[in-house]
Amino acid sequence: MLSFVFRRLLYVIPIALAVAAVCFSLVHLAPGDPLTAVIPPDAPQEVVAAITRAYGMDRPLVVQFGSWLGRAVQGDLGVSVATGRPVLIDIQRALGNTLLLASAAAVLGFGIGILLGVVAAVHIGGPIDRVATAIAITGVSIPHYWLGLLLVVVFSVYLDWLPSMGAASGGSANWGWNWDSLRYLVLPAVTMSFIPMGIVTRTVRAAVAEILHSEFVMALRAKGMGSARIALHVGKNAAPTIMAVMGLQFGYLLGGSILVETVFSWPGTGYLLNTAIFQRDIPLLQGVILVLAMFFVGLNLLVDLLQSFADPRIRRG
Amino acid sequence: MDQSLGPQGLQSRVEEYAEQARDIARSRGYWATVLHRLLRDPVSMACALVLLTLILLAVLAPWLTPYNPSQGSMLNRLAGIGTPGHWLGTDGQGRDMLTRLMYGGRYSLVMGIMPVLIAFFIGTAMGVTAGFVGGWANSLIMRTTDVFFAFPAVLLAIAISGALGAGFVNAMVSLTLVFIPPIARVAEGVTTAVRHLDFVEAARASGAGALTIIRVHILGNVLGPVFIYATSLVSVCMILAAGLSFLGLGVRPPAAEWGLMLNTLRQSLYVQPWVSVLPGAMIFLTSLCFNLLSDGLRSAMDIKR
Repeated sequence: MLSFVFRRLLYVIPIALAVAAVCFSLVHLAPGDPLTAVIPPDAPQEVVAAITRAYGMDRPLVVQFGSWLGRAVQGDLGVSVATGRPVLIDIQRALGNTLLLASAAAVLGFGIGILLGVVAAVHIGGPIDRVATAIAITGVSIPHYWLGLLLVVVFSVYLDWLPSMGAASGGSANWGWNWDSLRYLVLPAVTMSFIPMGIVTRTVRAAVAEILHSEFVMALRAKGMGSARIALHVGKNAAPTIMAVMGLQFGYLLGGSILVETVFSWPGTGYLLNTAIFQRDIPLLQGVILVLAMFFVGLNLLVDLLQSFADPRIRRG
Repeated sequence: MDQSLGPQGLQSRVEEYAEQARDIARSRGYWATVLHRLLRDPVSMACALVLLTLILLAVLAPWLTPYNPSQGSMLNRLAGIGTPGHWLGTDGQGRDMLTRLMYGGRYSLVMGIMPVLIAFFIGTAMGVTAGFVGGWANSLIMRTTDVFFAFPAVLLAIAISGALGAGFVNAMVSLTLVFIPPIARVAEGVTTAVRHLDFVEAARASGAGALTIIRVHILGNVLGPVFIYATSLVSVCMILAAGLSFLGLGVRPPAAEWGLMLNTLRQSLYVQPWVSVLPGAMIFLTSLCFNLLSDGLRSAMDIKR
C-alpha cells in the first residue's frame, strides 16, 4: 500500500515539470515577439534591448524556464501585461468562482447521473432504460455553450425568471451566500451539469448492469438476501470505476468552464483565460493554464489514491 | 414456452437452424458482416442519412441557394423564421440564414472530421510503434502522451489555439494535437495485447519480417478497435471545433461557420431568439448523429453479440 502511494506520488514530479514546461513554451508558440504587447512598435533599438534584458528574454531558454519555474513555485506568476496587477491575485479571485460553479454543476450532474444510471441498469432493455440512455446521449452530444443560450432564451428572455449574466447584481464579481447570488448560479450550473450527467449516467449504467448480472449477485439472491443489502454490495463494487470517472469529470468541469463562463460572463478562470487570449496577455495566459493544469494533475493523483484505497486490486496491479 | 417442445415448436427450431446454416454457407467476411448489420440498424441508417444530407447541402450550397453567404442587405436585418424568401430568417447583417447554415457546414464538418482523421493516422502509427517495439520507444512515446493527459482536452485545445492565434489552420492543428494522445494510447494498448499472441509468434518463427507482421497481423487487429474509438471522438471534435470558433479562435468573420455564427448572433438573442440559436441546433444535430452512428458501428463490429 505505502509503496503504491509512494510510487504514485513520485510520478507526479516529472508530470508536473512537463506540464510547467508546456505552459512555459506557450509563449514561444505564439507568433511574433512575445514582447510586442509591451514594446511600442516605434521604440528605438536601445529601448527594445533594455526591455528584452529586463524581462530576461536575452538569456537561454533553459535558464528562462528555470527562473520562471522558481518564481512560480514561490507563488510569483508574474505581472499582467494588460493590467499591471500580479497575475496570482486575479487568478485567486477567479478560481474561487470557478470552483463554486464547477462544484454546483458536479453535484447536479453526478446526482442526476447516478440516479438515471442506476434506474436504467435495474430496468435494462426496458422503456425506462431507453429514456435514460436517450437523455445521456443528449447530454454528451449537446454543445453546452448552445444549451446555455437556449436556457437564456427560455428563462431570461421569455419568462424573465433568472439573470443571464454575471455572478451577482449590479455586475459585481463578488458572489455571496444569499438568495440573490444563488439565482445567478442556476443557469450556468445547469448548463455545465449536462456533460457530466450524460457521462456518469452511461458509466453507472454499464458498471451496475455488469455487476447485477455477475455470479456473486446471483448467489446472494439465491441465499435469500434482501434487495437493500444486495444494493450495498453492488454499490461497493461499482464505486471505484464511478469514482474515477467522476474525479476526471470534475477536472474537466474546472478546465472546460471557459465556454460556459463566456456565455454567462461568469467571472471565473475561463473568463480570465478568454481575456488573456484576446489581450495577448501572455503572463496571465500562462498563469491561468498552469494553475488549472496543476489542479487537474492533483485531482488525478487524488482519484488514483482514493481508488486504490477502495479497490485493493489496483494497488497490486 | 411449452410450444418449443411440441411439433410446431420443433419446426420453428429447425427453420432457425436451417437459416443459420444458410448464413454460414454464404458466410461473409468480417467487414461485409459489419456493413450488413449496420445497414439493418434503423438508428444508424437514419443518422447516416442526416449526415449525408448535411454534407450534400454543404457541398452543393452554391447551386442550391440564390444568396451570397457573406453579402446581406441592410433592409432585411434580423428577419424572423418563415419570412418569404428567407425561410430561416436573416442575421444581424441581413444575410440569409439558410444559406449561411448550408455554407457553414463546409467549415464545421471539415473541422469536426479532419483533426480526428489526421490524429487517427498519427496516433495509430505512434501507438503501434510503441506497442510493437516496446522498451525505450514505448516509454518515450507513452510518457510523452501522459503529459498531454495532464490537461483537460478543452483547456489544451484553447491554450494551443490561444497561443497560436485565431485561424482555421491553427484551430485544426490544436484539435489534432488534442486527439493524438488518446488514440495513441488505445492503439498501444491493443498492439501490446496482440503482440504476444500465438499467431504473431508463429509468423515470426516462420521468418516474417517486422514490417510484414505489423502490416498483416498487428494492423489487421488494431485498426478496427482504434477506428471505433476514433469515430466516437468526432462528436467531441465537432463540439470543440465550433467552441473554438465560438470563442473567436477558429475561422475568422465573415466566413460562415456554425460556432462563429452562434457567437455573432448572441447580440440578437433578445431580438430574434429562435433565429439566433439555429447554428447551435446544427452543431447539436451533427454531433448527435456522429455519436449514435459511432454507437451503432461499435455494436455492429462486436461480433460476439
